[in-house]
Amino acid sequence: MIEVQNLSKHYGDKKAVNNISFRAEDGEILGFLGPNGAGKSTTMNILTGYISSTSGKALIDGIDILEDPIKAKSKIGYLPELPPLYLDMTVKEYLCFIYDLKKCKLPRNTHLKDICSLVKIEHVYNRLIKNLSKGYRQRVGLAQALVGNPNVLILDEPTVGLDPKQIIEIRTLIKKLGRNHTVILSSHILSEVQAVCDKIVVINEGRIVADDTEDNLSKKLSSDHRLTVRIEGDQDKVVKLIEGIKDVETVDIGAKHDAAVWEYRIEAKEGSDIRRELFTRCADRGFIILEMKSSELSLEDIFLRLTMGDGIGDGGED
Amino acid sequence: MGAVFRRETLSYFTSPIGYIFLAAFYAFSAFSFASNALQYSTTKMDGLFQQLMIILIVLIPILTMRTLSEDKKNKTDQCLLTAPVSLGGIVAGKFLAAFLIYILGVAITLVYAIVVSAFAAPDWSVIFGNIVGLVLVGGAFIAVGIFFSSLTENQVVSAVISFIALIALYMLTTIGEVIPSDFIEDLMPDLGPVWRTVITEALVIGLTLGIFFLFGKKAGVLIFGFIAMLVFGVFAAKGELMPMIFEKLSFWERYVGFTYGLFDMSNALFFISAMVVFLFLTVRVLEKRRWA
Repeated sequence: MIEVQNLSKHYGDKKAVNNISFRAEDGEILGFLGPNGAGKSTTMNILTGYISSTSGKALIDGIDILEDPIKAKSKIGYLPELPPLYLDMTVKEYLCFIYDLKKCKLPRNTHLKDICSLVKIEHVYNRLIKNLSKGYRQRVGLAQALVGNPNVLILDEPTVGLDPKQIIEIRTLIKKLGRNHTVILSSHILSEVQAVCDKIVVINEGRIVADDTEDNLSKKLSSDHRLTVRIEGDQDKVVKLIEGIKDVETVDIGAKHDAAVWEYRIEAKEGSDIRRELFTRCADRGFIILEMKSSELSLEDIFLRLTMGDGIGDGGED
Repeated sequence: MGAVFRRETLSYFTSPIGYIFLAAFYAFSAFSFASNALQYSTTKMDGLFQQLMIILIVLIPILTMRTLSEDKKNKTDQCLLTAPVSLGGIVAGKFLAAFLIYILGVAITLVYAIVVSAFAAPDWSVIFGNIVGLVLVGGAFIAVGIFFSSLTENQVVSAVISFIALIALYMLTTIGEVIPSDFIEDLMPDLGPVWRTVITEALVIGLTLGIFFLFGKKAGVLIFGFIAMLVFGVFAAKGELMPMIFEKLSFWERYVGFTYGLFDMSNALFFISAMVVFLFLTVRVLEKRRWA
C-alpha cells in the first residue's frame, strides 16, 4: 500500500510537486498520467527515498520513507526513468549485485532465473549490459526492480524505448504483477494508462488535476463520441447529413484526400454513440464511408477537459 | 556495504583504472627503489617511502575520480540510494574497494624488502613502520579523493580538484610559511590584539550575515563564515601561531616520521581521523543532495 499525504517539493521558488495526495491499495495498479515536467518523476523519486520532500508524508506499507528509510526501501522495487544500469557488468553480475544490495533472502539462482524468464532476458543473461539495445536495457531495469519480490513496484515510464510487441508484453506483465503487488506506473500516454491501470491520477505542473476515484475519470475520458471519418461524397450534403443526426454538436471539415473525399471531425454529446446512425444514413444516401475512428484524446485535450469542464477543444489528434 | 564493495572492486578490474593504477604504482616505486636502495647499496628504504608519497599524490586521484561522480552521471546512484542500504554503507563500500586496490599496490614494497634482505638483513621493524605509514597516508588521501568525487559528476574535474587538494595537504608547511602571519597586524598597527580581533571578527560576521541575507539564506554561507571567523580570529589574535598550525595539519610532516621508523601514535591517529572526517563529509554531501 502506498499513501501520499500533502506532498510538496520545491526547488528554490519552483514548485515541482505541489501539495499532492493519493492512495494505492494492495493489488492495485495506479497510473500516473501527465506531460513531461509535470512532476511525475519527482514524486516517484520522493516515494522511493531518492530525494526528500519539502513537506508532506509518503508512506510505504504504513512506514514513513523519511522516518525509517531502510525498512521502507526494502519494500520497494524502483525502475527510474533511466534504468540505473552499470554498463560494465553482465546482466548476471548486475542482477547478483542488486540481489546482494537488497539483502535478498530468497534462493538466489532460482529467484533470478524466474525474474529473467518473466521479463524475457534469459538469452542475454551473460552479455555485457553495454552491448544491449535500449529495449533490453529497459527490461533489465525492470528485472532489477523485481529482485527481492518487493510489495510495492514503482515504475517510471516502463515502456519507453520498447517496440510495439514488447510494449504489449510488458503491459501484460505489469497487469500480472498488479495482482499481488501495489504498482505505481507513470506515463504520458493515455491509452497505456487506460489499458493497464485500475486507477488514474492525472498530474500537471505539480498538481493533481484529477483523481479517478473522485471524478470517475475513465468515463469522462471515453472518446466514442468524438469521431474522425472519411467519407466520399459531396461535401455540403455530407455535412448536412451529419448535422441531421441527433446529438451531433459540431462538424469540422478536415483535409481533402481524393476527388470528392473529405475528412470530417465530428463531436457529439458526451456519452452518446452516433456511429451506427452515421453508417445507416450514409448507406441510405449512397455516401461511402472509407474510414471511421474514434479520436484519441491528446494530453492537452484531457487537461482542457479536466480543468475547464466539458466539451471544449477541437481537433483531438495526437 | 558488502555488495557495493564487491562491485567496486570488480569494476576496478573490468575498467582499465585498476590496471593503470597498479602498473603505474609498481613502475614508479620500482624506479624509486632502484635509484635509492639499489644504486646506493643500502638497506635503508626511507628514500623510497618518501618518494612514494609524491607518487600517491598523482595516482590516488586517478584511483578515486570515478567512485561517486560516475554513479551520479550515469544515474546509477538511483539504484544505490533507493536500495535498503545506509549512505554510510555505500561510502564505506566504495572506500574499502579503493583501499583494497591501494593495498595491492603497497604490497609491492614487501617484495623490495625481500630483495634487499638478500644482500643484508634490513631493519624489519622500520620497514613495517614504513608500510603502516604509507597505508595510513594513502587511506587518508583516498578519503579526500572520494570526498571530491562526490562533489561533481565530471571525473576529470574530480581528479583535478583532488590532485590540487592533495598537493595542498602535502605542502601545508610551506604554505604556512609563505602566508604573512601578521598581515592583520600590519593593517591595524596602532591597536592591541584584543581590539584587532574584535574588529576583524565584526567584519567577518557582518560580511557573512550580509551575504547570507542578501543572496538567499544558504546554510553553506554560515559554515564558511564560521570557518573564516576561526581562521581570521587566529590571524588577528596570535598570527605567529599560524605556521605552527599549518605544520601540524601538514600530511608530509605527519608522514615523514614513519619513513625513519618513528611510529608516533598521534600521527597514526591524525591520518585515521582525516579518513573519518572526509568520509563523513562525503556522506553529508550525499545526504545534502537529497534535500537540495
